Amino acid sequence: MHAPDPHTDPMLPVIARITRRTRELSDVVTFEMEVEGWPGFEPGQFNMLAVFGVGEIPISISGPVSDSSKIIHTIRDVGPVSRALAALEPGAVLGLRGPYGAPWPVKAARGRDVVVVAGGLGLAPVRPILYELMENRDAYGKITLLYGARSPSEILFREELGAWRSRLDMGVEVTVDRAPEDWHGHVGVVTALLRAADFAPANTTAFVCGPEIMIRFAANGLTDLGVAATDIHLSMERNMQCGIGLCGHCQLGPYFLCKDGPVFDWATMKPLMRIKEL
Amino acid sequence: MAIEGLQRILAGHPLFRDLSPAFLDMLAGCAKNVRFAADTYMFHEGDDADFLYLVRDGHAALEISAPGHGRMVFQTVSGGGVIGLSWLVPPYRWRFDARAKEDLRAIAFDAKCLRGKCDADPALGYAVMKRILPALVDRLHDTRVQMLDLYDARP
Repeated sequence: MHAPDPHTDPMLPVIARITRRTRELSDVVTFEMEVEGWPGFEPGQFNMLAVFGVGEIPISISGPVSDSSKIIHTIRDVGPVSRALAALEPGAVLGLRGPYGAPWPVKAARGRDVVVVAGGLGLAPVRPILYELMENRDAYGKITLLYGARSPSEILFREELGAWRSRLDMGVEVTVDRAPEDWHGHVGVVTALLRAADFAPANTTAFVCGPEIMIRFAANGLTDLGVAATDIHLSMERNMQCGIGLCGHCQLGPYFLCKDGPVFDWATMKPLMRIKEL
Repeated sequence: MAIEGLQRILAGHPLFRDLSPAFLDMLAGCAKNVRFAADTYMFHEGDDADFLYLVRDGHAALEISAPGHGRMVFQTVSGGGVIGLSWLVPPYRWRFDARAKEDLRAIAFDAKCLRGKCDADPALGYAVMKRILPALVDRLHDTRVQMLDLYDARP
């Protein structure tokens, strides 16, 4: 009898070891991990991360595609499994299945303007897009990142946002819902930033990630400005459990979000997102 | 500045971009260029709402102050934006403070002059309202979304 092989059995996790832990916010940490035989990933894909004895959850990969020596995940401590994950220290091991899911079609946007709209922790799943855009800057038209957070103290990847803004070859605008008087940035919803953003709608590809309501309003805002629904891509995050389209927990209409998504275009998702309680 | 120059500036602002030259000419008669240095107030809550501001460049914070909370910024407005809708609705009084966060240039419309011209020429009044109303609806929508506290962490 053969021992189960994680490379052929998608339900069997491989062992990942945490090599670095960075506290991003009071409830958010970023891990760097090593996995033997890691095949690499595409922007937008996710892994199922398991804390043994606690549970398993899907987490988007937030690092650069170009560096396959480490796997980077950004995790908010918000439920029992993510809390256990966020408490792990370098040297700890966890279970990992993946990478899974349909990726952001970033390279298909070459030659076009790109608008990335992210809210809250939604900046983590789009960070691999931004790395690709910056590593191949000349391949794209105007690049705009619009990011919204609850307050200045809850801005994710603050240093990187500053570094991206200082590059001067991409537009970076950050807004918060509420701010103390010493905040010098925008205050208001992230979708309001779209109205002042500089891009050619007919030649724009947009990537949107964040709370589902924000996705809806951002996608509608982009279509109002003239961006085609098929050029607006969004990441749907719902109750994924198996990660491979078997269990049906993440089914939305005819789609399994874990297998057919999590990235879909707005033309596909709009009819489903208009159905109340779906 | 000559009326002709103001007309050109008005035509370049998103609010009045597609307005006819004749209407722009009428509006320019109520307008003037203004500047606010960084960290100065454009107006205070409770003051008479004597102006409508079209921001050309710079950045303003709309604030409400409360004891124990200091100045709470609930919205910022940048170049291309509009500050002040209270000039349109009696009793024509500001309902918040507006402070330039950095050096700010704007076109300021004398509210009485603007209301007078809109009353005297309903076609102009309708054209102005058709442009002010979307700004108002956008602001209402944005406020509603902001109130949803979208980024609150939920399991």
